[in-house]
Amino acid sequence: MSGLKIENLSMRFDLPNGTSVQALKDVSLNIAEGEIMSVLGPSGCGKTTLLNIVAGFLAPTEGGIFMNGHQVTGPNAERGMVFQQGALFEWMDVRSNVSFGPRMAGKREAEWGEHVDHLLDVVGLRDFKEKAVYELSGGMQQRVALARCLANDPDVILMDEPLGALDALTREKMQSLVLKLWKETGKTIILITHSVEEALLLGERLLVMAPRPGRIHKEYNLPFADLGVNADLREVKKHPEFAERREEILGMIWDMEEEIMGRAEESA
Amino acid sequence: MIVFLIYAAIFVISFFVVKYVVQKATNDFTSLKTVTFGDESAVKPNRVASVISVLTIFLLWGAFTGSKLVPSFVHAPGPFVGDATFTYTAEADGVEADDATVTVRVFQVGTDVEAPAVEPGEGWAKNDADTVGAWRSGLIRVDKNDEKSRGEGHKVVAVNGEPIAPGGSVQTEFGRIGMSPKGSLNFEPNKGWQMEPIWLPPPEAVLKRMGEIASEGYRDSTLWEHLGYSLFRVVIGFFFGALVGIPLGYAMGLSNWFRGWFDPIVEFMRPVPPLALIPLVIIWAGIGETGKIILLFLAALWIMAIAARAGVSGVAISKVHAAYSLGASKFQIMRHVIVPNSLPEIFTGARVAMGVCWGTVVAAELVAAEKGAGMMIMVASKFQLTDIVIMGIILIGIIGFGIDILMRLAEKALVPWKGRI
Repeated sequence: MSGLKIENLSMRFDLPNGTSVQALKDVSLNIAEGEIMSVLGPSGCGKTTLLNIVAGFLAPTEGGIFMNGHQVTGPNAERGMVFQQGALFEWMDVRSNVSFGPRMAGKREAEWGEHVDHLLDVVGLRDFKEKAVYELSGGMQQRVALARCLANDPDVILMDEPLGALDALTREKMQSLVLKLWKETGKTIILITHSVEEALLLGERLLVMAPRPGRIHKEYNLPFADLGVNADLREVKKHPEFAERREEILGMIWDMEEEIMGRAEESA
Repeated sequence: MIVFLIYAAIFVISFFVVKYVVQKATNDFTSLKTVTFGDESAVKPNRVASVISVLTIFLLWGAFTGSKLVPSFVHAPGPFVGDATFTYTAEADGVEADDATVTVRVFQVGTDVEAPAVEPGEGWAKNDADTVGAWRSGLIRVDKNDEKSRGEGHKVVAVNGEPIAPGGSVQTEFGRIGMSPKGSLNFEPNKGWQMEPIWLPPPEAVLKRMGEIASEGYRDSTLWEHLGYSLFRVVIGFFFGALVGIPLGYAMGLSNWFRGWFDPIVEFMRPVPPLALIPLVIIWAGIGETGKIILLFLAALWIMAIAARAGVSGVAISKVHAAYSLGASKFQIMRHVIVPNSLPEIFTGARVAMGVCWGTVVAAELVAAEKGAGMMIMVASKFQLTDIVIMGIILIGIIGFGIDILMRLAEKALVPWKGRI
């Protein structure tokens, strides 16, 4: 097992008006198996593009993604994805949503039933198995999306601002759940977020990206994810290094945003 | 005009009556809202208004047709029926002007009638008697029994004492008496405010006719056969339209080539009203079942194709991405994501298509058919059988409404997530 390897990744979008946008430039990264990494950056830094390339929804203009030794050319069940808005299937009940992956792989209920029910227990939706997904709250929908992803047993889980649309309280509970699931399953997780706190809490490794062209600006190795597995997240936030790192990263992102604004004013 | 004013009056009066007398104490959530004007969610159809609205239509219909189903005090004034009298003054060569009385028996058309017996009276101008049907008019030859003929200078100069000349008229309490350019009198009894059955039959006549046609049939087919044929054509035409249109729409939503190939055809055919195709379909396929079904097929085809295409376009890309990264194949994504996701759009399209098909089949039957609801009312109208026409229109409306209700129920049962995503 060699984890995920991102090599010299560049992505250029050609616009219809003849210009082009360098969304990513020379991004190289190794992600070890079982690592949880959060990606942070101002809007336009290419973090969602990066995730879409890793998922296989986009082909990079240069470089490549290698997973377990072979190159990624399209989406498959090795890399599961959790979206900001759940992307659940409204025409299926909760259990059918969660068991979607195994069912599509042609497995019988005997093979996946127990695992799916266990996951529903873990995410606290045991009593909502038969419910239609549109009857659930946003937080519950997101838990269904997590369980659906895990039920398929992917090697890597990609999360695109999975908690972005939730209210603050639900969000905190979900952050704990993500850590718990990470520890329990040992999956490799890449998580994109807008929230500095969330990135600090959930990232064993934290990647700050800078825009124009999208590139890796700074990398951190952090202790908070490991601490958070067993402790209350609010306790983790009281850690002296937490506040320090938060201020540092916030300042970094502020500077980037100001630079973007300055450039926009110049060109205007 | 009178009818409209009465209608408006009932609208306003019932509003105030219901508002201040009947519905004083409603106590639901909406009634606690202080801002209701402009809040669309606070506007719910007042069911009392709906009931009164329907009743008002039947009441007005009954009142202005003299229906036995509504009490007689709400009847609008009917046409004059009975014996009308007026006097005329005639002049002739060599005699003095003389008066005579005319008695006209105004009768309900369709009943037997005899002219009333009258005394000839004195003078050279004799009293006359005649009959005229209600809502009709009739020439009255007053000189026929007089001692002087037109050759001897007989001419009427006044009616009820009012002078009258050729082309002129005199209004009496029983109706209008006009004089033709040649000098004959023409009596037109008061028509009142009620509609003549030949224009608008009373509700009970329509009901009676419905019973008659339901049991005995009209034009060799019973009512149910007529309606059944129309429905059958709609269902078959819609079925084939959906059978071809939905896969076509999917193909257009999933493939550049299909989209490019069929876009001009679909976009061109969509605004062509199906009714405009009737002549061509009749030329090609005649007036039999084939032609009708081809027409309805064409009416449903484009609507269903566009609905299916919109359904495919409407699938959120994240759902497709999610399915791919859960390991689904293209076929599985089609079967488990794209098709179910497009169902709400397809149901909306199906409802529109059924409505259009129902309208088109009636119109096609109006043009030419051997059986069918449209044919029934078209033939009936040629024979002035207004009751059949009205019955047909009401039944066509009820069936169209029923189809829509059924489609909505099916939609609720099959795509419960519609509008809740």
